[in-house]
Amino acid sequence: MNKPLRRVAIFCGLLILALLLRDNWLQFVRADELNAHPTNKRVQIERYANARGNIIVDGKPITGSVDSKDPYYKFKRTYTDGPMWAPVTGYASQAYDANQIEKIEDGILTGNDDRLFFDRTLAMFTGETKKGGDVVTTLNGAAQKAAFEGLGNKTGAVVAIEPKTGKILTMASTPSYDPSSFAGYSAKDEKAWVALEKDKNKPKQNRAIREIYPPGSVFKVVTAAAALENGKVKDINAATDTPEGWKIPLSKREMINHAKGCANASLKHALDISCNSVFAKLGDDVGRDKMVEMAEKFGFNAEQFTPVRSSASVYDKTADRGGNALSSIGQFNTATTPLQMAMVTAAIANDGKLMKPYMIDELRAPNVDLLKKTEPEEMSRPVSEENAQLLQQMMESVVTNGTGGNADVNMDGVKVGGKTGTAQHGEKNAKRPYAWFISYAKTAEGSPVAVAVIVEDSAGTSREDISGGGLAAPIAKAVMKAVLNTRG
Amino acid sequence: MSVVTNTTTIGAIEAPSRRNTELALLAFAVAIPVFAYLNVGLAMDGKVPAGMLGYGLGLALLAGVAHLVVRKWAPYSDPLLLPLATLLNGMGLVLIWRLDQSPRLIATSMRLYDSFSPDAPKQMMYSAIGIAMFVGMLLFLKDHRVLQRYTYISMVVALVLLLLPLVPGLGSAVYGAKIWINVAGFSIQPGEFAKIVLAIFFSGYLMVKRDALALASRRFMGLYLPRGRDLGPILTIWAVSLLILIFENDLGTSLLFFGMFVIMLYVATERTSWIVMGLLMSVAGAVGVASFAGHVQDRVDAWADPFGCAKEGVAACQQMSQVMMSFGSGGILGTGLGQGNSDLIGFAANSDFIFATVGEELGLAGVMVFLLIYGLIIERGVRTSLAARDPFGKLLAMGLSGAFALQIFVVAGGVMGLIPLTGMTMPFLAYGGSSVIANWALIGILIRISDTARRPAPAPAPSPDAEMTQVVRP
Repeated sequence: MNKPLRRVAIFCGLLILALLLRDNWLQFVRADELNAHPTNKRVQIERYANARGNIIVDGKPITGSVDSKDPYYKFKRTYTDGPMWAPVTGYASQAYDANQIEKIEDGILTGNDDRLFFDRTLAMFTGETKKGGDVVTTLNGAAQKAAFEGLGNKTGAVVAIEPKTGKILTMASTPSYDPSSFAGYSAKDEKAWVALEKDKNKPKQNRAIREIYPPGSVFKVVTAAAALENGKVKDINAATDTPEGWKIPLSKREMINHAKGCANASLKHALDISCNSVFAKLGDDVGRDKMVEMAEKFGFNAEQFTPVRSSASVYDKTADRGGNALSSIGQFNTATTPLQMAMVTAAIANDGKLMKPYMIDELRAPNVDLLKKTEPEEMSRPVSEENAQLLQQMMESVVTNGTGGNADVNMDGVKVGGKTGTAQHGEKNAKRPYAWFISYAKTAEGSPVAVAVIVEDSAGTSREDISGGGLAAPIAKAVMKAVLNTRG
Repeated sequence: MSVVTNTTTIGAIEAPSRRNTELALLAFAVAIPVFAYLNVGLAMDGKVPAGMLGYGLGLALLAGVAHLVVRKWAPYSDPLLLPLATLLNGMGLVLIWRLDQSPRLIATSMRLYDSFSPDAPKQMMYSAIGIAMFVGMLLFLKDHRVLQRYTYISMVVALVLLLLPLVPGLGSAVYGAKIWINVAGFSIQPGEFAKIVLAIFFSGYLMVKRDALALASRRFMGLYLPRGRDLGPILTIWAVSLLILIFENDLGTSLLFFGMFVIMLYVATERTSWIVMGLLMSVAGAVGVASFAGHVQDRVDAWADPFGCAKEGVAACQQMSQVMMSFGSGGILGTGLGQGNSDLIGFAANSDFIFATVGEELGLAGVMVFLLIYGLIIERGVRTSLAARDPFGKLLAMGLSGAFALQIFVVAGGVMGLIPLTGMTMPFLAYGGSSVIANWALIGILIRISDTARRPAPAPAPSPDAEMTQVVRP
């Protein structure tokens, strides 16, 4: 009987071997895949197992964590002034993952980042509970408040940048949402989330960086910069050779001006009163490739990482002459994020040097040790210092003599430069236009703030009244004032 | 001066009893779970658990009693079986206690039944009963061949045990599987006991019939087919296991019984044709049942693509996908005891799926250790069978170890997604009184057989002839 016995013994051995092989397959080969599976709740459980680190503005946290006494996800995210800060923080929801800073700096906030390995190991020995680190932002609370309140119940966005560093001071988007409303995973949270998803006004959309709008007339500063840089205009006060009713190349149509007195207007005057014909012709003179080059130096046609990703603004690289002429006045296929226009303004205000925009200043360990500080970084030099100063002169003239009068902060020693824009869009321009305003404030020490404001279709305002100067400029002014007042 | 010499020169060489080896191993088998217990407590509450002393002493006491009984009544038995079983039982208690602490499982239980009672103390009690069973086996079963007398009684008992869950009012269905009976507030799984009783019946029957089954056969297509009257029992067993499958929805148990029978038949007759027939019959049966029983069909789907059908909300699939993720999250070294999230599996986390907790918290390394411990128990069982001197003991030891191996394969393979999941429990690890008690009885029988096998032959009686040739001096 021993021969079959030995065979059965080998069979039993094979059974165990099969189990061992299967286990290696499962726990070694497939471990990562199973660990990161979308239905694996462990990632979320880990994220909320400990009090999450905070996102900090002006030294004060704008987020919090409460022990929700829940057996699945222990801590729940809370937000102070959630709707106001949502475009900055993003959300961290037990049921719906996270986005923006909450997602990008998740490692620091949960304390799982490799840079916190030492802290974790230390905590293991001292028996402290694991804590997350903090993310210190560059934002300015007063300016953010001014922007958010300025937008009110209108649909729009505001981005403000400190030109000499690239620090983002304001990032507001309305209508907004309260990330606290769906931070948990209960039926109530689900209802809030579904309602936001279904909302036609798309409150979860971060318009400041994720929506691209036709810029309209505010784009004319880029065209002006290109004209100056390429030598098409040498004297901003000299008359340009532009007939009234300039014909769009390859088209039978003429460029329509909304302002009077554009025939042969000087560059400065043309910007004051926003002449379409002058800038369309300049764009055509500079040519498509040079226009593309200038736009791209300002950051067009590329996503920006602040580190939250922005959509890429567009300047059409393949347009024909007619298309390029229209693109030069911010129509046709030209489209930009509010962040992009703030970058353009900041570069001009910073005497031609474009700093990379960023919103995370410091990462801190749970014990407040500095882990990483973002150093200002030069991104490009779209215009020379002299030309930048010429552009400043013109933009300041827009505020003192032209369409941007509503933006003047009227403070001693502060010069304000700006540009209005009213961008048409929709089939045959039937939809309500977008009101744009870009501006900067400048003191003797340089420029502390550059801001871009867009107000979308605004209910209750008749179409004729929508203009950058009327709707957007006051918001820009409030933001600039807030920054000027909080300046150390 | 002359030396008086005993002419029976071949003295029995005393085989080492290895009892001290067993004691030393037992010390480890108690110490390891106690450390694991401490580990769970520190990981979950950050302090030394209050019950540690009680747990350690309890386990040591049980192991000590078992050891003393073995030392006294089965001194030559295999030294590995008892420590291995103790280690598994101890670790099982720790894992169950760990899952008792899970706030999620407590919350789920409160929501569903408005009450929660920890399972670890009950399992401790079952373990004590199991050890008592083990001790009883050794005390009252002085020779395993006694069991041979009860061959046909065993058959009847096994059938009754198997059919009990189908008796109305007595049986209770848990998630489709009708393998439980309720007696005086206790849930009993008669199938676990039937396994042992059936092994006794098979051994007794095959020992008598092996020659008939092996030799009286007709050759057909290269295979030796047995006569119809000898074929009777195997067909009966096949039919019974199919009936279990159909009426009790228990794929695992029917596979186990049928597999055990085929193994024993093969060992008894040394005819490969039985294996071929057995495989064909089990495949036919399994496919036939799987194609029309919904419960089994779900299990097969959950095995083929757990994540795919989990999305459709099939409970079996969601459970299986949770189990897969639990294993995957463990990785190579695991999260450490008490720090995993295997409680996400929810239902039956501490019984059918307890191996997933091993996978997540002790990792690949831990699972392999457990599989090797089971493998070692099987190996000791097979070795006992090889060493056994009587055919009944050989068959019984082989049947029990074979059934044990099949059970490990069916349960661990099911939990790890190697084969479709069946509702059986990991011996000693999983929560469940019937399982623990029955498996301790199984170990008891193996120890008894191994004691008989290793016991040195009695010293030959002094030869009367030798006496006569002595020179008598006046």
